[in-house]
Amino acid sequence: MCRNVDLRQAVLAKNHALADTLRTELAARGVRVVNLLSSPGSGKTELLTLVLRRVRERGVPVAAITADLATENDARRLAASGAPVKQVLTGGLCHLEAEQVRGHLDGWLPDGTRLLFVENVGNLVCPASYDLGETLRIALMSVTEGEDKPVKYPTAFGSAHLVALTKTDLAQAAGFDAAAFTAHLGQVNPGVEVVRTSARTGQGVDTLVKRVLAVCEGAPPHRPVLDARHHAVHPAVPS
Amino acid sequence: MHELSIALAVVETVEEVAREHGAASVEAVQLRVGQLAGVVPDALRFSLEVAAQGTPLAAAELVIEEVPARALCEGCRTEFAVGTPPRLGCPRCPDAATTVVAGRELEIAAVRLPPAAACPALAASTLGSEGGP
Repeated sequence: MCRNVDLRQAVLAKNHALADTLRTELAARGVRVVNLLSSPGSGKTELLTLVLRRVRERGVPVAAITADLATENDARRLAASGAPVKQVLTGGLCHLEAEQVRGHLDGWLPDGTRLLFVENVGNLVCPASYDLGETLRIALMSVTEGEDKPVKYPTAFGSAHLVALTKTDLAQAAGFDAAAFTAHLGQVNPGVEVVRTSARTGQGVDTLVKRVLAVCEGAPPHRPVLDARHHAVHPAVPS
Repeated sequence: MHELSIALAVVETVEEVAREHGAASVEAVQLRVGQLAGVVPDALRFSLEVAAQGTPLAAAELVIEEVPARALCEGCRTEFAVGTPPRLGCPRCPDAATTVVAGRELEIAAVRLPPAAACPALAASTLGSEGGP
């Protein structure tokens, strides 16, 4: 007779457990992690460079790691902010996992760091499934990407604690329909706050910095319905 | 296409289960994939074929159960189908918080192993033959 082993184990259980450990370990050192998710070309790097600069101006020790399949170009761009930056080359992998983040922080993350930004691989699908030990997950979208993007990529936008709209200086030229965007986003992430930003004009950057720092100081983030940190296995369905 | 990473995690876990039970092969693996898990079942099926090669899962039957998403409104306590594309707010109470009660699954539900007699390690110990542990 065959043997059936009833397992009911989350496939990503190891990543989730490691992410929880990382979150706890980093919190004990006073570090909070912000995970940035977006498609390629949404303007993550440009905006993050500005954010890093503003956070440093406020005297908060901040660092960043940035992930790409190839090139160290983004690390060079971010380093212009003066913050310690590390490039992670995924060698073709489409997302970051908690184990990689932990490995790259080992022996690198400067003591006294309070805030660590992780610029994920530009991709709205795969990174959404992986908790990296973050306290805050921000999904970014530029005004040129189409107002219905949140419903096309529900896991990424539905799991975000905060959404940053980027390149708002192009909104008029792109014919961006803000109301349609808000409606689509509300469909997958009811109640999430949107910060409208432009790295070119500086719009919204201070607001974004304030929101991030508030969460780092202990303010509870918005609770998205698809919070990546709630990875409990659902109760067994009788079969 | 992170389905390959997911497939490798499945293979790793199922190999551990087979080892714990002294099985040299696996007959079937049952997965549950929720509509909101961010995983495409067909891509996962393809990836598992690749990832299983040369492992005890090589000949295993793969059963993927797709789980539709359902959410519960914390205001009116009504459960509702999330649908496609997903709508996670309550259709009746626009400002109420909701909780997903099904549809986020990405789990290995069960593993079927061959009968114990077909397992070399157990058969050897039962017969008291040479070889040891």
